[in-house]
Amino acid sequence: MHVRKFFLISCLALPLAYPAMAYETGMASMKEMKNEHGGGIFHMFRLETDAGSNKKGDSVQNWELDGWIGTDENKLWLKSEGERNKDELESTEFWALYSRNISMFWDAQAGIRYDTKPNSTTYLTLGFNGLAPYWLETEAHLFMSDNGDVSARLRGETDFLITQKLILQPYIEVNLFAQDVKEKHVGSGISDGQIGLQTRYEFTRKFALYMDVHYASKFGETSSIAKKDGEDSNEVIGTVGLRLMF
Amino acid sequence: MKLLLATILISFAAVTSPALAKTYNLEIAYNEVNITGTPIKKITINGGIPGPTLLLKDGEDVTINVTNRLNENTSIHWHGLLLDPVMDGVPTYNKYPGIEPGETFAYRFKMRQTGTYWYHAHSRGQEQDGVYGSIIINPKGEDPIKADRDYVIVLSDYSPENSDSIMKNLKMSSEYYATSRRTLGDFFHDVKTQGFDKTFKTAKDWGKMRMMQTDLADITDYTFLVNGKSPEQNWTGLFKPGERVRLRFINASAMTFYDVRVPGLKMTVVQSDGQNVEPVSVDEFRFGVSETYDVIVTPKDDKPYSIVAEPIDRTGFAIGTLATAEGMKGRIPAQRPRALLSMADMDMEQMMKDDPDMEMTPADMISGWAKTGMPEGQKALSYADLRYIDVQKDQRKPERTIDVRLGGNMERYIWTINDKKYSDAEPIRLKYGERVQLKFTNETMMAHPMHLHGMFVQLENGQPADKLPNKHTVIIPPGQSYSVLLTADEAGEWAFHCHLLYHQMSGMMSQVVVAKLDTADITTSSHSNMQAN
Repeated sequence: MHVRKFFLISCLALPLAYPAMAYETGMASMKEMKNEHGGGIFHMFRLETDAGSNKKGDSVQNWELDGWIGTDENKLWLKSEGERNKDELESTEFWALYSRNISMFWDAQAGIRYDTKPNSTTYLTLGFNGLAPYWLETEAHLFMSDNGDVSARLRGETDFLITQKLILQPYIEVNLFAQDVKEKHVGSGISDGQIGLQTRYEFTRKFALYMDVHYASKFGETSSIAKKDGEDSNEVIGTVGLRLMF
Repeated sequence: MKLLLATILISFAAVTSPALAKTYNLEIAYNEVNITGTPIKKITINGGIPGPTLLLKDGEDVTINVTNRLNENTSIHWHGLLLDPVMDGVPTYNKYPGIEPGETFAYRFKMRQTGTYWYHAHSRGQEQDGVYGSIIINPKGEDPIKADRDYVIVLSDYSPENSDSIMKNLKMSSEYYATSRRTLGDFFHDVKTQGFDKTFKTAKDWGKMRMMQTDLADITDYTFLVNGKSPEQNWTGLFKPGERVRLRFINASAMTFYDVRVPGLKMTVVQSDGQNVEPVSVDEFRFGVSETYDVIVTPKDDKPYSIVAEPIDRTGFAIGTLATAEGMKGRIPAQRPRALLSMADMDMEQMMKDDPDMEMTPADMISGWAKTGMPEGQKALSYADLRYIDVQKDQRKPERTIDVRLGGNMERYIWTINDKKYSDAEPIRLKYGERVQLKFTNETMMAHPMHLHGMFVQLENGQPADKLPNKHTVIIPPGQSYSVLLTADEAGEWAFHCHLLYHQMSGMMSQVVVAKLDTADITTSSHSNMQAN
């Protein structure tokens, strides 16, 4: 079901990206010539899937797909992530954004995010994606849900090389809400976040295995809600996984 | 040896029948080649990589029939040759259509120059995939450069991957082929040798700019070839002790700069980019992609001498041997240390604008790129050493200066001229006969070998106006400026680009239009040339 909806969202986002991907008409070979010298369409997708458990021994699985197709300036950016906990799908997100290069290291993005879990919600999404000074891969997105709730997410990661193939990647993620959202069990303010370390071995650039350890925590009102519901407000999760680039 | 015989035969033929027109047939096709031990399908010319050496003569009428046996369009560009613009071989320029699969294109031109040149495809990345070869144009009379032996040394960088896949990978991640990035181990090593403060500051400064000190080459898994032969296959040229041996070096690589030397021998540089220069004796020279240098060596001893071309990222050698008998192999030297880029390899103006407070030590002001690791007391060729052998006809002051800023975004693998990719750029328009100065400013941290088709530029290398050397390709080192003079005396549309193949393919290319009537009159100037087909 959500796959079909994801497809629909992609189709909606495509026309946004398309005008810029299309080239001016003219001599066919002239167009080819431009495509072969800076105007071409390329792509990059990264898929990470892993499995492991939390401290209590509950099984946990994650996937994350992140990537784009398009020109240097205009891209269709697709993203999906999800988590299974105790064999139960806990969260899933599907994103389709138009991504426009606005400066040397930054893209501005606009599009749609669609979640099927914990509950079905569609968001209008605006944000930035790029490389901040000191090699900090950065994402910052603002969401407005179909109920009018406003939230945001900040994410950063960087690479430290032990060797050319063995790489440590610390990362951090923070979610913020502008108001309480009852059905998602979150309160306004910083709702939750995680800090983690991925240690990966790149057999090739396109194929890597990794170990991931991260600490996830709920904060403030959101943490209180979790406690009231008898849930943990923080946990440590360890997984091993596979990373592909294509 | 074969080449020598052929040269003699051709000189003989030329003396007996001076008006002889020459025809060559080149067939571009997929073939399996075995260079690294694994047979791989590559693009060959007449079955080989490189293609045949074309032996031509000044004043001669030449026809070269190029047949395309590929399943995609192809083209051949005659690098450094003065010719009708439609024969220059860049698809869409001067209405040259390229060569479609199954078609043959007859290139026709009358030779009006002498020297060492080369040819290669100007379609997609076919040049990397095998479509290149050498050209020798002999003078009508006796060659003023005297030599007992004459060898072409074509250097190239061979990849088992095809060029399309390399381009895609670079766009996927500009670090795709980076195998010498700084590691935590390097950091701790530097802390030990240079102290924490300095090491941390260096890492911080480079990190702040999001640039890599190790960024010397974009692609790393190359095997370097001499005349199509790997170091193991050991290309060999024979000599007798005491003979003058002319080596015609051609850098036909897609992406590789080399430091070239023949250990144990002085090289006398007599020609650059096909144009004779006053002899200058050196131990080595830095060799930009698509440049050529002719040198004379005189080996005195009955022993093998290695011809060593070491890529500047020090990831191997292109190596061959000058030997007194087949089967001899010269010594392979130890790999020189890999240089690290320094602050001096940056565009200072831009950097001061970005961060006026950045402190720099005297060590920061020494270019890392220019470090060759040459033993002390030896002499490396400098552009400033090159003096044209004759007297330049045009010594006028330039009427105007055209800025050519070389820019890029290494992170996203975008390369530009004056902030534009080829796909977005307007041509540079010149009036026929106009004398202009091209002022290059390299705002990136990589060197760019800039090549102009159809005309030579005069390097402003500090020599007097009558002695400025002619070049078809000019290396602009990282963060540096360099200017050249150009007399726009060949009407037509001429490609103007960085000769690093993947820089050109990602946008670092422009067009120079020399119009006879009006600067706005672009495409009609060469229309009549279409009849030549």
